[in-house]
Amino acid sequence: MKVIFKKAFKKTMPVLFGYLFLSSAIGLLFYNAGYNVIWAFFAGLFVYAGSGEMLLVSLLTCGAPLATIAFLTLLINSRHAFYGLSFIERFKNTKKAYPYMIFALTDETYSILCSIPERNNKDEDGKVMFAAAFLDHVYWMCGAVLGSLLGQTLSFNWTGVDFAMTALFVVIFIEQWKSFKSHLPVFIGIGSSIVCVSAFGSSNFILPSLIITVSLLMIFKNKICIKNEGKLQEAS
Amino acid sequence: MKSMYPFLAIAVAAACTFATRLIPFVIFGGKKEVPDAVNKLGKILPAAIIATLIIYCLKDVSFVSGNHGAPEIIAILVTAILHIWKRNSLLSIGCGTVCYMFLVQHVFA
Repeated sequence: MKVIFKKAFKKTMPVLFGYLFLSSAIGLLFYNAGYNVIWAFFAGLFVYAGSGEMLLVSLLTCGAPLATIAFLTLLINSRHAFYGLSFIERFKNTKKAYPYMIFALTDETYSILCSIPERNNKDEDGKVMFAAAFLDHVYWMCGAVLGSLLGQTLSFNWTGVDFAMTALFVVIFIEQWKSFKSHLPVFIGIGSSIVCVSAFGSSNFILPSLIITVSLLMIFKNKICIKNEGKLQEAS
Repeated sequence: MKSMYPFLAIAVAAACTFATRLIPFVIFGGKKEVPDAVNKLGKILPAAIIATLIIYCLKDVSFVSGNHGAPEIIAILVTAILHIWKRNSLLSIGCGTVCYMFLVQHVFA
């Protein structure tokens, strides 16, 4: 287990930096809204979604009705509904942790899990995935507590450290690009994102964009899979 | 009742976040075989979603005014070039991030 966590730690290190910053920013938001470290801790533990928690702070502050909180949270996190599609079978390798894996499927954990090739040893594969998801959650909790306790006393200028998240996606993007022969999914993803940003604005683009992406991928899936499998056969 | 409000708000936000992540597992997860179309979609979706997430990170960057997204473009190039060259994730992400912090704090401040 120790070896597995070591491996997972190496894989999730970029998330460590990104999450410490992002989550501590949220911890500070909670603090400034009048909710101390205990609130930041439990929000991070149970909600565990960056944009969702930022929304929650602002809704708490203005005393929004619970129905509004429910509706807006569903809306802002709707993109997560697409992440599980890639892990319906594979998460079974994690056995008892299956529900936790679903709960912990953030943007960053999803990307990290996509970048870990599936192992033949199902038991080991499950353990590595769980370790990565769990470590990410721990980083998130640490950030929430640190941000709430130290947020106002830190003198170092951390502005821009959240770019670690963008850089993480760029790196995984390159890895994905190298491992698949068909780049059509990438072009569809970028194309529909750009079209939807201009059509729906930057704060509402991701759901329509993912719906268009999934629809187009459904149409071209056979073509893409045949091309990708061609590459696999060449490699083996 | 008023003091219960923050507890309930966190509970509602937690339940709704979990619900969004749960949807595909509820629809396709049961004991029955996952449809072939969904398996195929699951395999080709990550590349498209990661690309979308990069755009998501850049969605509030203005490329037509201010510094025209220069710090983002430069830092992404640094990250990508380093990664294609050395293929060391931590090195690429670390240098890209430090480069971005330097650019936004000192060059384009």
